[in-house]
Amino acid sequence: MAIWVDEETRLLVQGITGKEGTFHALGCRDYGTAVVAGVTPGKGGESVEGIPVFDSVAEARAATGCNATMIFVPPPFAADAILEATAAGIELVVCITEGIPVADMLAVKAFLRDHPTRLVGPNCPGVITPGVAKIGIMPGHIHRPGRVGVISRSGTLTYEAVWQLTTLELGQSTCIGIGGDPINGTSFIDALAAFAADDATEAVILIGEIGGSAEEEAAAWVRENYDRPVVGFIAGRTAPPGRRMGHAGAIVAGGKGTAAAKMEALAAAGIQVVESPAELGETVARALGA
Amino acid sequence: MKIHEYQAKEILRRYGVATPRGRVTDDPAAAAAICEELGGRCVVKAQIHAGGRGKGGGVKLAESPARAAELAASILGMRLVTPQTGPEGQLVRKVLLEEALDIAAEVYLAVTLDRQAGAPIVMASAAGGMNIEEVAAERPEAIVRQPFDLHLGLRPFQAREVARRLGLKGGTGRQAAKLVAALAEAYVGMDATLAEVNPLLVTAAGDVVALDAKMTFDDNALFRHPDVREMRDLAEENPLEVEAGRHGLNYIKLDGNIGCMVNGAGLAMATMDIIKLEGGAPANFLDVGGSASQEAVASAFRLLVGDPSVKAVLINIFGGIARTDRIAAGVVDALAGLGEVSLPVVVRLEGTNVEKGRQILRDSDFDFIVADHMGDAARKVVSAAQGAG
Repeated sequence: MAIWVDEETRLLVQGITGKEGTFHALGCRDYGTAVVAGVTPGKGGESVEGIPVFDSVAEARAATGCNATMIFVPPPFAADAILEATAAGIELVVCITEGIPVADMLAVKAFLRDHPTRLVGPNCPGVITPGVAKIGIMPGHIHRPGRVGVISRSGTLTYEAVWQLTTLELGQSTCIGIGGDPINGTSFIDALAAFAADDATEAVILIGEIGGSAEEEAAAWVRENYDRPVVGFIAGRTAPPGRRMGHAGAIVAGGKGTAAAKMEALAAAGIQVVESPAELGETVARALGA
Repeated sequence: MKIHEYQAKEILRRYGVATPRGRVTDDPAAAAAICEELGGRCVVKAQIHAGGRGKGGGVKLAESPARAAELAASILGMRLVTPQTGPEGQLVRKVLLEEALDIAAEVYLAVTLDRQAGAPIVMASAAGGMNIEEVAAERPEAIVRQPFDLHLGLRPFQAREVARRLGLKGGTGRQAAKLVAALAEAYVGMDATLAEVNPLLVTAAGDVVALDAKMTFDDNALFRHPDVREMRDLAEENPLEVEAGRHGLNYIKLDGNIGCMVNGAGLAMATMDIIKLEGGAPANFLDVGGSASQEAVASAFRLLVGDPSVKAVLINIFGGIARTDRIAAGVVDALAGLGEVSLPVVVRLEGTNVEKGRQILRDSDFDFIVADHMGDAARKVVSAAQGAG
């Protein structure tokens, strides 16, 4: 078992005719994901390596029954792409695009409140259920089907954790990149709640960064609702205040969002906080008695 | 993106925020005439992006036009040190001269994003002029918080509520409510990440005026605000950071001596952390992008080598989609293209084809220090930096 991405996933790729869109659509298909359609407005009727392209998401859904989408649309138009997929009733929207204005994402969030669609991202590597299917830009081959769920705001730092789990033969149930933006679709808590309902996930790695309060909220939730092992790491302990560390959401502002406060909140909730990201895998292994 | 106080006031005036009369200049000779125009008495304010200018001697009252000229001459060209500039300070290139107003009360006022609520929020406090973070920490009840809907904007009743809770009554309250609404409108209309007035001044006559103003903007939304983009002052930014930006690199200059090159922002932060954990200090944050292309690696190398404070370099790359052996070959090529590099370079590669990648590094002409894992890499680079003194 796993969460959100499985054998039933029928993937649409919005922005499939762009360089990145094509590359990663094929990457997902090679991994085993059923990539059934692409959308690029104005290019309906074309095809990309055998994947039919449509002008709109509604059309693609009617023709192919796609139930998930991966978005590679450029930042000024990406929010519209999310809204279009949501309006067409797509169940899972994974937005890879980095650089969407905050105001656009606030509009998306408001729209999502009235719809059952789940948004993951934006500015994220995506979601993968190892050995089954992936929606995103992560390298599939570093993963291995297994017991640990991974939730992270980061990309390559997630791959580090994944690689450690693979090397230790623990593997991953599902890995979710929730993205590095200040306003995103899926929170740590959403992902934790889904893992809590998944018997195959015996432990969770939670990788946070400076900025915002999502980790503190996750910690409070874990304390009340989750009793399997959770191992946490927070990146950015050495980041100076007021500077955005790459990700739009990674900034210590107004004395808030420091790594120290987050690590303290995690530890207080019974989460095993590691000082070094190199210790994530071993710490999970110890917690699972593996 | 940051702008100067005088630019923020220019924008806020467009939205109807009252500001003191004033003019900006880079010429001390023009200061006397401006002061004369403002009634013979004025405040001379250094224009740099960092806050805390008053504490550093960058804000002075001139009682006469001659004194204004003197003060402008002394402030222009000075390296102003404030709690936010670092010890080397920031060169002052412009001063804003403004009419001097009588102060009856000072209020803190700002519009920003409440990430948790996913909505913009007005934050205000009757304890203006003070360090608002201290007020928030010590007396959270003294902070007025008024979230609002981005699309409805701050409604008039909400603006009146802010003024009422600040204790501003009558005509002053009405003016304050109008100003709060205008500030919120500017925040939304300009895709700002912060619109701050600290202090908002209540004059002896009961008028409200934005005495200081600060605006920062959502970099991702600048494509729809070409006027804001033009306000960017590159002279205020670190030259290495500006150069990095030209090559599409995400770079932030820090105080230490270990140059870092990492793919991905989260991993880059984690790398800085682990260097600190091993007793070293990073000279920078540098994300070459998830795929670590050869061009990005080459530009990043040039940048690190060009920074005189860098004594040793740590390259930490997780090869995912891009295979590790390809990345290793790119690192070797980039270094070869630079000519003589005498800095110790520690490389830690992980991911697909890692053994092949490490072999390429060992076989190259350059004497790379190859590390096995992140902890090992941090230890090796810290000791290399200490050895290089």
